[in-house]
Amino acid sequence: MTTALRTRVHPGSVEHAVDERAARRDLRRQIARLEATLGRLHSSSFPRQGIELRARPTAMAPGRMLDLAELEQVRDSMIGALAAGRAELERRHLLEADFRELITEMERDPAAHKWERVSNLDIGEPGCKHWHSRPRWGILGALMGWWRVKVSSGCPLATAQAGA
Amino acid sequence: MSPLAPTGPDGSETQGFVAAELASEFPGLGLSWTVVERGPGRSPRELRERLRYMSNRIGGRQAIELRNQEVPHAYRVFFRQIGIDPDETRTPIEAVVLSRLQQGGFRSRGLIEDAVLIGVAETGVALTALDADQVEGSLGIRSAIPGEDLGGAGLVEEGVLVIADDLGPVTKLFEEAAGRGQVSKKTRRTAIAAVQVGAISQMSVSEALWIAAEVMAAG
Repeated sequence: MTTALRTRVHPGSVEHAVDERAARRDLRRQIARLEATLGRLHSSSFPRQGIELRARPTAMAPGRMLDLAELEQVRDSMIGALAAGRAELERRHLLEADFRELITEMERDPAAHKWERVSNLDIGEPGCKHWHSRPRWGILGALMGWWRVKVSSGCPLATAQAGA
Repeated sequence: MSPLAPTGPDGSETQGFVAAELASEFPGLGLSWTVVERGPGRSPRELRERLRYMSNRIGGRQAIELRNQEVPHAYRVFFRQIGIDPDETRTPIEAVVLSRLQQGGFRSRGLIEDAVLIGVAETGVALTALDADQVEGSLGIRSAIPGEDLGGAGLVEEGVLVIADDLGPVTKLFEEAAGRGQVSKKTRRTAIAAVQVGAISQMSVSEALWIAAEVMAAG
């Protein structure tokens, strides 16, 4: 039987300090990579709203050199935010695929989707465009069963902000 | 009292110190500054025009992509590494862009503030303005020690990163000076300091300082 020799590093020793410094450096590198990934996720999630990508570590006094435990907290909170953000984005993608399919069906058979409306926001696109199944010529069309999909793309006119 | 020396004869910036423990933990952390022989005042028409022109160049799409650019990304990373949530306390460049979006344009707030804003907006580098006659010796970055105050603006917590001179802390990192060193109507000489982090190049820092100094000198 072989016995593995274990070198114990005593807290307060030079070796311990070097180990901790290397660990902090590694954690900071991880934080940098996670920030880059969160940034890409943030960009790819635009223009969807309500996708929470904020990493919220446990309250700590900000603006100073963090110790090992605090850096781990920051890293773990970023990992959590990333996971939650990715899950939400995937859920949105599935919903948006359904809405795209709905647009196709509305255009194929508007009467089967009376008054239904899908917007660019529903399919994860920027802008104010929306598809709306409406009767041709108002009440006459509704009575006669003449339905169509009206595509509107005009955004509301820009107005000056109060106090700007 | 020996206030900050003027910038070198070739107009180049001065490199400040970084406390040894910080330098070893944060490679790339640095402070540079330049001194302009100007105080506060109203921005001339040309400068306000420049702000309007800059406003037209920044929109929502740029704001969305901003955090992925090299310099803004470096500050976001550093903020996280010192326990600041950059989505709550914005980095200087993100704060500038956000204010542009919220206000519909860049607003002139005075010569010094506009010079700093232009330097930040053009390069992304974090700049802060100080009264050069109220700071002494050399500027640098270090951790606050127990019992220090921000030159009359209140105590600063132990360990918080500060910009300090030979007398003590002048301001917390990435914040405007509120005590000694704060720019006021009595300011005759202005020190513009740039905080460098991570992989941000010295060239970017020099460019930011040069832009801000040039704007002030021309005003």
